[in-house]
Amino acid sequence: MSARDIFARPARRAAIAPYAWMVLFFLVPFGFVLKISLSQTAIAQPPYLPLFGFADGIDGLKASFAALSLDNFRLLASDNLYIASYLRSVVVALVSTALLLAIGYPVAYAMARLPARWQGVAMMLVIVPFWTSFLIRIYAWINILQHDGLLNQLLLALHIVSAPVVWLSTDSAMYLGIVYSYLPFMILPLYATLAKQDSALLEAASDLGASRLQAFWQVTFPLSLPGVFAGALLCFIPIVGEFVIPDLLAGSDSMMIGQTLWLEFFTNKDWPVASALAIVLLALLLVPLLVYDRLQRRQLEAK
Amino acid sequence: MTSTDTIPDVSADTPPPIVAAYPTPLLRIDNVTKKFGAFTAVDGLSLDIQAGEFFALLGPSGCGKTTLLRMLAGFETPDAGKILLDGADIAAVPPHQRPVNMMFQNYALFPHLSVANNIAFGLKRAMLPKDEIASRVAEMVALVKLSGLEKRRPDQLSGGQKQRVALARALARRPQLLLLDEPLAALDKKLREETQAELLALQRRLGTTFVIVTHDQDEAMTMADRIGVMQDGRLEQVATPRQLYEAPVSRWIAGFVGDINLIEGEVTFHDDHRLTIATADAGTLFVAEPRAPLDGKAISVAIRPEKIRLSRRGPAADRGHGGVMNSLEGVVTEVGYLGGLSVYKVKLDHGGTLRAAVANTARLDVDAYSVGQRVAAWFAPDDCVVLQR
Repeated sequence: MSARDIFARPARRAAIAPYAWMVLFFLVPFGFVLKISLSQTAIAQPPYLPLFGFADGIDGLKASFAALSLDNFRLLASDNLYIASYLRSVVVALVSTALLLAIGYPVAYAMARLPARWQGVAMMLVIVPFWTSFLIRIYAWINILQHDGLLNQLLLALHIVSAPVVWLSTDSAMYLGIVYSYLPFMILPLYATLAKQDSALLEAASDLGASRLQAFWQVTFPLSLPGVFAGALLCFIPIVGEFVIPDLLAGSDSMMIGQTLWLEFFTNKDWPVASALAIVLLALLLVPLLVYDRLQRRQLEAK
Repeated sequence: MTSTDTIPDVSADTPPPIVAAYPTPLLRIDNVTKKFGAFTAVDGLSLDIQAGEFFALLGPSGCGKTTLLRMLAGFETPDAGKILLDGADIAAVPPHQRPVNMMFQNYALFPHLSVANNIAFGLKRAMLPKDEIASRVAEMVALVKLSGLEKRRPDQLSGGQKQRVALARALARRPQLLLLDEPLAALDKKLREETQAELLALQRRLGTTFVIVTHDQDEAMTMADRIGVMQDGRLEQVATPRQLYEAPVSRWIAGFVGDINLIEGEVTFHDDHRLTIATADAGTLFVAEPRAPLDGKAISVAIRPEKIRLSRRGPAADRGHGGVMNSLEGVVTEVGYLGGLSVYKVKLDHGGTLRAAVANTARLDVDAYSVGQRVAAWFAPDDCVVLQR
């Protein structure tokens, strides 16, 4: 079959579908946001100017284009509040992803080595929290962590502490909440790659003189890297934009970018700055995606 | 320690001297039993394997041959019995510390490592110096004829190339004993036959003791010095390929290895070196006296299809064999043309059925028989094997 046949009409139409999807549900909304980010705030409905319209003809449209400016992006670069928010988001996401990997890998590894009939049960246990609303689960953590909450009651009853400890509104509480919420997203891709590994490879490693630890680092771990990258990406990207968990569990002295964005959008009603924040966030998240894409392509080329 | 000239020439009548040549076997399996729950995979099995020997474990699936091999590699521990390698009990030695390597079924090559790094894997674990590793890898690559492919990943190799990498990787550590689990099962027929010859030549050159597990009797016959046929966790017979084929010890072995005609009968007369046997299916048969004395009169006469000759008329009475020849008349009911051979099914006038394999020595079918044709099927008493029922 020649290349020409492969791209015969029905196939070509099918190949276009994902692009059409991207244009409709990503590129068009992205265009709206980009346009707003280049506008100025106004006390109006919607709260920004200029608005594009055909009422004033081609000249009006030209004038509207001329009114667009990069002022909002200059503001982001000049104000420490925004830079600090971005930085905090990236640091929180990196630390959380490392914690998730450290906890999720052993769990996924153990799951993959359970007898087959128990693997389904373990999978169920990982997924079951999703049956309760995410917000309710985070509120439950507030209950556990607050001044007279379950955790302090327990610590006091066991005489581990003599006075209640401040848990709530700390970074620890936020990390706890993030790790708790995102753990399934780390475990599932790791489990998928670990479970499909051929156990004969470990026997071969052992036969060739590798101890169990060596076999893990030389065979199991390198072969699980696609799962590590997938899990890390699946956690890192949404954590960077996380809003609810830091808002409910962390202190109010520093903000993640999601909180700053919320503030600009709902409290300050500054849609153009909020849009600019969103655009920069998107650009920021493209970096890990491109790295991942590159790694994957290299793996494909090696094949 | 062995070179090609010490490998004895084996024949049906003389037991292989290889057993006598080395007083202590390299490998002694002593009364080993392995159970999985209620299932006994290996049942009180004992076996000696000599240094330099090419030994095949042959048997149907589920007979315990793979379990036995995995016990030798250390992946399973025997429930009872001992495994002695060079006189030392290795039952408690973990696989990564045994001087034994295994070539896995489906090869189990590391998909993330290149050919060279797959071969070097075991050498790196042995902490050999870098240049030593490099030279050994180069030596192995040359040995299995993989030059130029060192940098490829396993999924860029053909089946035959993967098989070579697996072999090189297992041999790189210079094991005392190499275990091969169905090493050629994944190759197609033509390649399998070529590889059999190469594997055998390689084993002769290196002198490494090979233990191969296979369900393919042609493979075992072609390569092995001795074959152990397993059934239900036990060794039914351990013999050279020729002994196994020409002197099977049981009806099961006779039926498992190659094709055979079995005719039930009873011994009616016993004179010097010859038994007279009355059968329902083939009348009276004369067979040579078996070496081991028979207990009981109920026996089976076993005759390989290629030992039976067919002709339009019976053989002349003066054809040797002390003037005695079994000659049975019947009608051809089926012809199976296999190229080099034709297999004829003959319905005997006595009621039984015989299969006779006749070499197609002429291109034109002047020798061939057709369905419905009357023929005489005849065979010498010496070509029959008497088996206890």
